[in-house]
Amino acid sequence: MTMTEAVAAPARVPVQMTVNGTDYAAEVEPRLLLVHFLRDNLGLTGTHVGCDTSQCGACVVYLNGESVKSCTVLAVQANGGEVTTIEGLAKDGEYDPVQQGFWEMHGLQCGYCTPGMIMSAHALLKRIPNPTEEQIRHGLEGNLCRCTGYQNIVKAVQYAAGQMNGGGTHDPANTADWERELAGKSDS
Amino acid sequence: MTATVDAPERLVGKAIKRREDPRLITGAGSFLDDVRLPGMAHAAVLRSPYAHARIRGIDVSRALAMPGVLGVFTGEDVKDDINPLPCAWQAGKVQNNVNTPRVLALEKVMQVGDPVAVVVAESRYQAEDALDAIEVDYEELPVVVDAKKATEPGAPQLHDNAPNNVVMEWSCGKDAATVDQALADADVRVSQHIVNQRLIASAMEPRGSIGRYDPGTGEYTLWATSQAPHVHRLLLGAFILGVPEQTIRVIAPNVGGGFGSKIFMYFDMPLVLWLSKKLGRPVKFFEDRTENYLHTAQGRDHITDVEVGATKDGKITALKVKTWANLGGYLSTVAPGIPTTLYGRMVAGCYKIPNIHVDVTGVYTNTAMVDAYRGAGRPEAAYLIERVCDLVAGATGLDPAEIRRRNFIQPGDFPYDTGIGMLPYDSGDYERALNHALDLVGYQDLRAEQDKRRQNGSDKLLGVGMSSYVEVCGIAPSKWIGLPGEGWGAGLWESANVRVHLTGKVVVTTGSLPHGQGHETTFAQLTADQLGVPYDDIEVKHSDTLGTPFGFGSYGSRSLAVGGTAIYKSVEKVKEKAKLLAAHMLEAAPEDIVYENGKAFVKGSPEQGKTIQDLALAAHVGYDLPEGMEPTLEATTFYDPPNCTFPFGTHVCVVEVDRNTGEVDVLRYLAVDDVGNVINPMIVDGQLHGGIAQGLAQALYEGAVYNDIGELVTGTMNEYAIPKADMVPNYELDRTVTPTPVNPMGAKGAGEAGTIAATPAVVNAVVDAVTHLGIRHLDMPLTPERVWRSLQGASA
Repeated sequence: MTMTEAVAAPARVPVQMTVNGTDYAAEVEPRLLLVHFLRDNLGLTGTHVGCDTSQCGACVVYLNGESVKSCTVLAVQANGGEVTTIEGLAKDGEYDPVQQGFWEMHGLQCGYCTPGMIMSAHALLKRIPNPTEEQIRHGLEGNLCRCTGYQNIVKAVQYAAGQMNGGGTHDPANTADWERELAGKSDS
Repeated sequence: MTATVDAPERLVGKAIKRREDPRLITGAGSFLDDVRLPGMAHAAVLRSPYAHARIRGIDVSRALAMPGVLGVFTGEDVKDDINPLPCAWQAGKVQNNVNTPRVLALEKVMQVGDPVAVVVAESRYQAEDALDAIEVDYEELPVVVDAKKATEPGAPQLHDNAPNNVVMEWSCGKDAATVDQALADADVRVSQHIVNQRLIASAMEPRGSIGRYDPGTGEYTLWATSQAPHVHRLLLGAFILGVPEQTIRVIAPNVGGGFGSKIFMYFDMPLVLWLSKKLGRPVKFFEDRTENYLHTAQGRDHITDVEVGATKDGKITALKVKTWANLGGYLSTVAPGIPTTLYGRMVAGCYKIPNIHVDVTGVYTNTAMVDAYRGAGRPEAAYLIERVCDLVAGATGLDPAEIRRRNFIQPGDFPYDTGIGMLPYDSGDYERALNHALDLVGYQDLRAEQDKRRQNGSDKLLGVGMSSYVEVCGIAPSKWIGLPGEGWGAGLWESANVRVHLTGKVVVTTGSLPHGQGHETTFAQLTADQLGVPYDDIEVKHSDTLGTPFGFGSYGSRSLAVGGTAIYKSVEKVKEKAKLLAAHMLEAAPEDIVYENGKAFVKGSPEQGKTIQDLALAAHVGYDLPEGMEPTLEATTFYDPPNCTFPFGTHVCVVEVDRNTGEVDVLRYLAVDDVGNVINPMIVDGQLHGGIAQGLAQALYEGAVYNDIGELVTGTMNEYAIPKADMVPNYELDRTVTPTPVNPMGAKGAGEAGTIAATPAVVNAVVDAVTHLGIRHLDMPLTPERVWRSLQGASA
């Protein structure tokens, strides 16, 4: 067998991992990316691909408790591991506070970056439970959003921090801000 | 109002959380790449590594033998079945030299990234493997990427029918001689060379399409990342594939941002349909980010020489503009309309300028096609005129705010015709927005602080920039936009159907569609209030040509102003029919029936009335209808507005420029926008946030850069600097509300305002910070290096 043929017909290797609490086993090409394993083998299409250079962060998932860009991890590297994707974040029919924050604070528009953004924000709050605005903006540097201009994403993370800490610095009644603003502006 | 009818809570004006979000925050939103069809195969595209080359030959034999490969096709294989893509908006007499792309290049490639061959395989991985096995023999040709250089003698020629690479020579306003005379007569005269750099839309979801041909019915289904499914169907059927339009169905799944780039017809749309028919399998193509940056249509890219004349007291008397607009290697779907109708005719901005002449030369170059990108022509116009205002301020020694005040169109002037061929501006109070913005930002204090720092010789240079913008939204009136040669030879009306089902549930179908703007929420709010039915009983359907009336799609901030009005009018028709039916059921005269809060009743007797749900049931069972009344309760409207709408406002940016490093720190960004009446303020503010971020990013960070051999140097998100969370400020927003008389909701449109306003506000702020050092203008993006170099020059 020549080298060329060896490359053209790569061997498949077994992988098994626990994703969102369910055990999966499959045979995959060694080059298969984790994001493609999740999307194509398991049908978990909530994890998105927005670039090919690990800039955009749309593909962020938890692997063994660490947030990773699943476009930059091979499925075989996750062998034996535990993965949580956006589909696994809500518990017992309740949104995670970060998901809720994005909804409350209009932290998304088209929603394409949102799964990765929520996962990164979730990981940020695990590291820093009550982050400053600067820490939030810095902590989300690995995730790009083209729609929101980030301000409401910051608010969403602050909301989640407030919920998780049983209060925090954020006023959950903040949604009324927009209406108050408008009320003062309807001046003609 | 009669007190005995329970008035439901009004939803218009409320910041209702979006009903779209639950699916999107849980990973359940279905985007193009999430669609999986039984038997679906995957396409990968071989793209040209050269910006300009002749294809001498292509050998696909090795690729065909690769594992999993179902087929490999080149331009020769498809040329008889798939026509070149159409250019729909041939503004400015471009008819004689239209060059549009073929789906796969035939003899020549015109840009890096031009599709040359397609592989279809069982998996994307296998398809991409096979690309490496295709051999193409190219003969390299000379390259030109700069629009102005492309028109000069000796430049490489791209197309035989376009001498000097000129797409069109277009002009508007008074004749050049008159404006030259006005310039000669002016007290103050300034000229400036201004570059509005090329941008990449960078929607987070790249583009793609899935084609499925059904041999049993002969029907094609296309799933596409589309801002305009009906238009795509029309162009595919009538122009590109030559198959009956009604045999094609186009579906846009959840679309992950567009910003204009998903309006256009792209090569992969007809190609996947053709491939599916050829191979008997559904075929998916989904760009990777590099392909998106190389080949999906880009924006801006103007080179402009502007000359302005003014009186000593700052009244602008003459404006002469010469712009070279780079349109890329071929014409994209509406490309020629952007630098002409949507740019040239908007250069007056908010100002009364008696003498304007605009020349625009559209140019072919060996670069990606340029078409509408968020704002589309209007950001280029606003940038130009707002820089001009500051140049006049510099030349006259007057405050930039004062220049604007002295030239504003006044509230009593509307409808106002700027004299350069735009439709009359509908309504506005420009000075109120300006004054309000300056009050909020503390303008006088900032000027005092700036003076102090300058006197102290501080290294932190303070700059305050403003832009008072006006833009044209709700792009529609067909009598204007449909005019061949000026418009695009088709209407731009919009459609809606409102149907009250037998059960009382309401389905609104619209020809417009969202790609992040929250149509499902906003349109349901609007319908709930107007029809008096519970919000949760209303469903908004869109994005599928099967089941929605023909519509032109979403762009140009037109969904609410045009599409929303179609819904409004459909609801009115439903209510009229409901009243007639109620009159029959209540044995009353139709003229005595009033409709309020979901109930039709004889004036003064609301307790005896019929609810809309009662009436829907009666209309559907249909056994007791007035003579001549058709069953069911629904109405369709095709709405063609009498005018566009013209949102406006003033944005103010405060920056600190580090004299030693050239770094720009945005200290504050404050915006006062007037988008007319607002349905959902949370959504409108979100649109403004995102728009401002994109406009600010043009000023400070972004720019698509080609090298001299036509390679896109900024070909990934590593090099093209779309902003991250820590690269943008908090936005302070406020509004004035000047309802438009154009539509019954008084809503103007908000999708593009932020982008249009922000770029000049930021650049004006940076230039303001350094203007006392003799710097009059800086070209974007204002990177630390560029600012630092300019400061070095100024210090020397």
